[in-house]
Amino acid sequence: MAAHAQEHKSHTKLIWKVFGILSVITIVEVALGIAKPEALHLTKILGTSPLNIIFLILTLVKAYYITWFFMHMADEKKSLRRAVVWTSVFLIIYLATLLLIEGSYINDVLGPLVKWEY
Amino acid sequence: MEATIATETNGQPWGGGNNKPLGASYGKMMMWFFILSDALTFSGFLVAYGFMRFKFIDSWPIADEVFTHFPFMHGVHAPMYYVAIMTFILIFSSVTMVLAVDAGHQMKKAKVTFYMLLTIIGGAIFLGSQAWEWKNFINGSYGAVQLNDGKIIQFVNEDGEQVALESFAISSHFERTQLTRDKGLWFMEESSIAPYTVNEVIAGFEAHPELTIRTEQLNAETKTKTIVPREQAMLYLNEAKQVVVGANLKVNEYGNTLFADFFFFITGFHGFHVLSGVIINIIIFFNVIIGTYERRGSYEMVEKVGLYWHFVDLVWVFVFTFFYLV
Repeated sequence: MAAHAQEHKSHTKLIWKVFGILSVITIVEVALGIAKPEALHLTKILGTSPLNIIFLILTLVKAYYITWFFMHMADEKKSLRRAVVWTSVFLIIYLATLLLIEGSYINDVLGPLVKWEY
Repeated sequence: MEATIATETNGQPWGGGNNKPLGASYGKMMMWFFILSDALTFSGFLVAYGFMRFKFIDSWPIADEVFTHFPFMHGVHAPMYYVAIMTFILIFSSVTMVLAVDAGHQMKKAKVTFYMLLTIIGGAIFLGSQAWEWKNFINGSYGAVQLNDGKIIQFVNEDGEQVALESFAISSHFERTQLTRDKGLWFMEESSIAPYTVNEVIAGFEAHPELTIRTEQLNAETKTKTIVPREQAMLYLNEAKQVVVGANLKVNEYGNTLFADFFFFITGFHGFHVLSGVIINIIIFFNVIIGTYERRGSYEMVEKVGLYWHFVDLVWVFVFTFFYLV
């Protein structure tokens, strides 16, 4: 098996490369979070601000690098990888979609009833 | 087809045959499935947070105004920097963990020991940082007033910047001691009292003509809290119920109490995972030192705790995004 032959080879270079990628992504996230450019923060796209979409994508990229290279998911068999990744991705997207739509609906119904003037 | 069923059991009831459809040892596979179920638990919490946030989307607290503290820089408005450092600490301890796993594959005991030690230290620093973050959140920064219907009113100056209660509240020399078990009846006590009464805050507000108030309501265009003109401020303050300083599970000076509830619960649950990760890492660290895995001929146990440790880091990546960024 190819995986066994690789096991004794050091992956130190790859590890530091992934650390570099994760650091750069985090720095970009923090910089955007502090600067909050108006063009990204106050406009709307797909129901939220473009800034939020960027944060979500960057988070998923980070999650990919951690799972694939730190947790060595890349070296696992396809069957184990799919059993874990597909299951979680499907169930989490399912749950998030339903609950966020529902939360937004409750806001539509209850929001106008909240008194802000005295 | 990679995945096939077991056709022979090698004479053992739980042998499972030689096919190994998932290609992983029992322990590693079970660690993966535990992580899968734990990931679903965390996503349940985070999605519940999202649900409540969408429900109160037009009045949710702004994270940048909540987490503004930085060590040794008192009173400086420094949002995000501290939590960014916490994120780096956790990512870096993930790196040392994966380096330990890598050294384990090459059976280098000294290197595994060193990197495991660094990982444990990183985890401990993260836990300390989390405790400091909690301390700041619990102690609060400016203080606010809660109205009878539960809404939070904060005080701002003419530039729209928040003002701390102690900078304007007028002390009426009225003293009210906290009821503790040793003062009244042995079964009666109360939580700590706010440093000012509602009347003291209102008296101070009237004496400072530059002040006005703001409500929790978010302006959709500017994504800032709505400032009420001073002329109408008393209409709100007449409804004041209590002075709120800091945050706990019942009340939150930054706005919606649910924000505090979810913050304590989710970061607390994550912190508990970090704590158990540190403890497990310490156990494995000592096992490495006494040579358990050297004798076993495999450092797979380091790999398994490594999986758990990386998972804790993975969860933090999402908590960071949903509590501090989005």
